[in-house]
Amino acid sequence: MPVELVLAGLTKVFRGFRSAVVAVDHVDLEVEKGELVTLLGPSGCGKTTTLRLIGGFEVPTEGEIYLRGQRITHLPPQRRPTATVFQSYALFPHMTVFENVAFGLKVRRFPRAEIRRQVQEVLNLVGLTGLENRLPAKLSGGQQQRVALARVLVIKPQVLLFDEPLSNLDAKLRVETREHIRRIQKEVGITSLYVTHDQAEAMAISDRIVVMNQGRIQQVGFPQDVYLRPANPFVADFIGRANFLKARVVAQNATETEVELASGLRLRLPQRFSFASGEEVQMVVRPEAVDFCAPEEGHLQGQVVLAQLTGPSAHYRVALSSGEQVEVEVLGALEKGLLAPGTPVGLRLHLKSLHLLRA
Amino acid sequence: MANGDRLLRENGKGAAISRPLPVFFRSRTGQLLHDPVLLAIVLISFGLVGLFVVYPLARVFLVSLFPRGAFDPRYFLHLFEGRPYLVRPLLHSLTVATLVAVLGTVLGFLFAYAITRTDIPGKRVFRWAATLPLISPPFLLALSTLLLLGENGLITRWLFSRFGIRWSVYGLPGLVLTETLAYFPLAFFTLEGVLASIDPAQEESAMDLGASKLRTFLHVTLPLATPGLAAAFLLLFIRSLEDFGNPIVLQGRYPVLTVQAYLAITGMYNLPLGATLAILLLVPTVVAFLVLQLWVGRRSYITVTGRPTSAGLHTTEPLLKWPLFAALLLFSGIFFLFYGMIFYGAFTKLWGVNHAFTLENFHYVFSTGATYLLNTLQLAGIATPIGGLLGILLAYLVTRKSFPGRRLLDLLAMLNFAVPGLIVGMGYVFAFNTPPLLLTGTAIIIVLVFIFQRMPVAIRDGVAMLQQIDPAIDDAAADLGAGFFRTFRRVTLPLVAPALLAGMAYMFSACITSISAVIMVVLARWQLVTVALLHEVDNADLSQAAAYGVVIILIVLGAIFLMDFVIRKVLEGWKHAR
Ligand SMILES: Nc1ncnc2c1ncn2[C@@H]1O[C@H](COP(=O)(O)OP(=O)(O)OP(=O)(O)O)[C@@H](O)[C@H]1O
Ligand SMILES: [Mg+2]
Repeated sequence: MPVELVLAGLTKVFRGFRSAVVAVDHVDLEVEKGELVTLLGPSGCGKTTTLRLIGGFEVPTEGEIYLRGQRITHLPPQRRPTATVFQSYALFPHMTVFENVAFGLKVRRFPRAEIRRQVQEVLNLVGLTGLENRLPAKLSGGQQQRVALARVLVIKPQVLLFDEPLSNLDAKLRVETREHIRRIQKEVGITSLYVTHDQAEAMAISDRIVVMNQGRIQQVGFPQDVYLRPANPFVADFIGRANFLKARVVAQNATETEVELASGLRLRLPQRFSFASGEEVQMVVRPEAVDFCAPEEGHLQGQVVLAQLTGPSAHYRVALSSGEQVEVEVLGALEKGLLAPGTPVGLRLHLKSLHLLRA
Repeated sequence: MANGDRLLRENGKGAAISRPLPVFFRSRTGQLLHDPVLLAIVLISFGLVGLFVVYPLARVFLVSLFPRGAFDPRYFLHLFEGRPYLVRPLLHSLTVATLVAVLGTVLGFLFAYAITRTDIPGKRVFRWAATLPLISPPFLLALSTLLLLGENGLITRWLFSRFGIRWSVYGLPGLVLTETLAYFPLAFFTLEGVLASIDPAQEESAMDLGASKLRTFLHVTLPLATPGLAAAFLLLFIRSLEDFGNPIVLQGRYPVLTVQAYLAITGMYNLPLGATLAILLLVPTVVAFLVLQLWVGRRSYITVTGRPTSAGLHTTEPLLKWPLFAALLLFSGIFFLFYGMIFYGAFTKLWGVNHAFTLENFHYVFSTGATYLLNTLQLAGIATPIGGLLGILLAYLVTRKSFPGRRLLDLLAMLNFAVPGLIVGMGYVFAFNTPPLLLTGTAIIIVLVFIFQRMPVAIRDGVAMLQQIDPAIDDAAADLGAGFFRTFRRVTLPLVAPALLAGMAYMFSACITSISAVIMVVLARWQLVTVALLHEVDNADLSQAAAYGVVIILIVLGAIFLMDFVIRKVLEGWKHAR
C-alpha cells in the first residue's frame, strides 16, 4: 500500500508567558492508505495536539506534514483534505441533522439534488435515516456521534481524524460504536488516525498503534507487537500491566536466549533477542503469564502479601525472596479459592510470553 | 525532516514540493500566507484600528507637544511653573473625582450590603432606583440639580429664599452631589456582585468562633470585600474624571479639565492648550485604569463557590436593618425626586416662574428639535449595527484565530476603554480636519466616534458571547471547508445572535445618551439631541431641556424593551424549531 500521510520531525511548542510546553516532540510517522492508526498514550502526551497539527488547527513549530506527497504543513484547515471527528462532536447546534451533514457539500457548491442524494446515502451508511430534520440537541449521544461521522464522511476526505470519539458515550455503547466506526472505515477504505487513551479500544480497532509519551513516539507497531514485544518499560507498563525483574543474558543462539535472574535461577526463553551475552536486562513478566504452584515446583518462590478479588479474576502481589515484588493475575479464582496473605507460593512463568528489555 | 524528504523522493513526488519556508515565516505567519481571506481581514482590522483609534490619539499628543510642527512643550513647562490655568483644573478634577469616588463607594456599599445581607423589604424598588442613572444620560441629573437647587430651583425658591439662605449649587458641591448620584450605581452593582459571591460560610465560621457581628464585619466581610471596594472606587474615580455633561452645566467658577479642554478648543481655538489639558486628564485616568486592571484584578480573593450564596446570611437585627432601610429609602427618594423633577419640568410653562401645566415643550421638541432627534436616531441607528458587528468580528479574530500581532490588535482595539470620551472626540477633530481625511462637519465622523468609542465594550461583550460556544464548532466549520466569512456568517453569528442583539440595544442607548465624545465633533448641520439639551440648559430654558430629557429616556427604554421583545421572539423561534 502506498504511503498516504507522512509526519516528519513534527514538533509543537506552546510558549506561555514564562514557560514552554513541548507538546509534540519530533514525531516521525508514515500512515499507509486505508490504514487505521491509533495514537495511544496517557493524558497530556500530545495526542490531540498531533491530530490538530494534521487537521491544520495548530501550526507546527518545526517539522513537516505531507499528504500524498504534497506538503500541507501550513495550509489552513479549510484547504486540507483532512476531516476531524471532534471529541465534543462540535455539531452545529442551530442546524438540523441534514443541514449539518450537507454543510461541507454546500461549501463545495454541489447542486442541490446531488447534496440531497449524497446526504441520504451517508445517513443510510451510518444508520441515521429518518432523523434528517432533528436538531442535534434532540439526539442521543450515540446518534450525535454518527452525525459527526456522517458529516465528515460525506466530503470524502483523504484522511479522517478521530479525537477520542467515544469518550462521551457509556461503556456499552462505546464497544458498539467502535465496531461501527471500524466497519465503516474498512468499508470506505479511508485512511484514519484515531486518538484514544484506552488501550483496549486501541487494540480492538487498530491496524497499527502508535504509543506516545511526553510528546514523543515510544513505539509504532501492530497491536499484538506492542503488547508482546514492547519497545521499552513505558510501553510495557502502559499496554497491559507489567512486572520488571532484573536479569542477565548468559547465552543465546538462533532460537533461544538463556538468562539468569537475581536468585541465580536460569531460564531458557524460546526467542532470540538482540542482546550481547553478559548484558544486564529487564525481564518483562505479564501478571497473567504467571501461574501459582507448590513452592518447590516454581521458577520463583515468594509469599503472598496482597490478595484481591476483582470479579472473574484474582489479583495478587507476591514478595519474592530476592526482595522484588510481582503482580499476579489468576483467572477462575472463584473455584480455586483466594490465597490468604502470608501463604508461601511458587510461581511458574510462561516462558513464551517473557520479554527482555535493555536495563 | 530528513526522513520525510527521503520518503517523498522514494514516492517519486518529491520534485513537486516547494522548498520549506524560511524559519522566520514558519508557524503562524506561514498559515496566514496560505489563507488570503484571513490575511486580508487581519490587515484591514489593523488598518481600521490604527486609523480610527491609534492615530487620533497620537494626534492629541502631537498637537500638544508640536504646536507649530516643532517640538515645543510650553504648556507642560507652564504646568510645572504652576500656572493656575493648568494647575487649577487638574486639582479640581482630582478633588471632585476623589470625593465622588469616596462618597459613591460608601453609598454603593450601603445599598449592596443592605440588599445582600439583610432582609429589608422593597429591595426591588431600591434596585430600580439605582438602575435609573445607568440607562439615562448621566448628565440629566445635572438638569435635575438645577431644577431643584439652581437659581430658579424649587428648593432655592421656596426654601432657601424664605429663610434667607444664600447658597449657590454651582461649583464643587453641585458637581460632587450630581456625580455621586449619577455614578454610585456602578459601585453598587460591583459591590453587590462581590458581596453576593463571598461565601457566607466564612462569615458564619467567624461568628461560630465567637466573633461579634461587628468584629465579623470589620475583620472578615470588609477585608474580603476590599478588592471590590477598590474596584468601585477606581471605577467612580475614572467616571468622574471623564465626566463632561455634569460639569459643563454645573462647574460654575470651579473649572475642571474636561470642560476647560473643550472650551480651549471651541472657545479659544487654542488647540495645543486643549490637547495639553486632555493629556492631563488622560494620565490619571489611565493610571487608575491600570491599577484597576493589574492590582485589583490580581488581588481579588473572592471565593466564588458557584452556588448562589447571597441568600445565605441575612441579618434580621432590627438595630442594623431599619437604619439601613431608612438610608436606602432616603436615597431612593432623592433619586425618584430628581428624575421626577425632569418629568414635572417637562410639563411646566416656565420653570421657577410659571408652573402651569403645558404640552408646549414637547411641541417644541417635536418641531424645532425634530431634526436633532432624527439625526440622533439615524446616526445611532447606523453606528449600532456596524459597531456591533465589528465588535464581534474583532472579538472572533482575537479569541479564535491565531496570527502574528494578535495580542497587539487586541490591545489597540481596547485602547479607548481607558481613554475619556472627550479625548477620543478631540483626536478625531485633530486627525480628520485636513484632506484627504477631511471628515469634520460630516455625519461620518459622528458615526465613527460612536463606533470606535463603544468598540471596547462591543469587543468585551463579543468575547463573553464567544466563550459560551465550543471553539471546536468553529474548527469543524473550517475543517469542512468553510472559509472565514462563511464560518462567521453561517455558524458563529447565528449562535451569538440573541446576545449580539442585546449588546446592540445597549450600544444604541449609549450612542443616544452620549455627550462627551461627540461634543467635539458635532457641528451646526449635524446637531444631536443631547447637545440640543445642553443648549437649552445654557439658555436657561429648563422646561424645554427637561422635555428633551423625557424624550431621551423614553427612546432608551423603548430600545431596550424592543430588543428584549425581539430576543425573546428569536429564542422562542429556536425552541419551536427544536
Ligand atoms: N493551546 C495550548 N496552549 C498551551 N499548552 C497546550 C495547549 N494545548 C495543549 N497544551 C499542552 O500540551 C500538552 C499536550 O496536550 P494534548 O491536548 O495534545 O494532550 P492529549 O494527549 O490529547 O491529552 P488528553 O488525553 O488529556 O486529551 C499538554 O501538556 C497540554 O497542557
Ligand atoms: Mg486530547
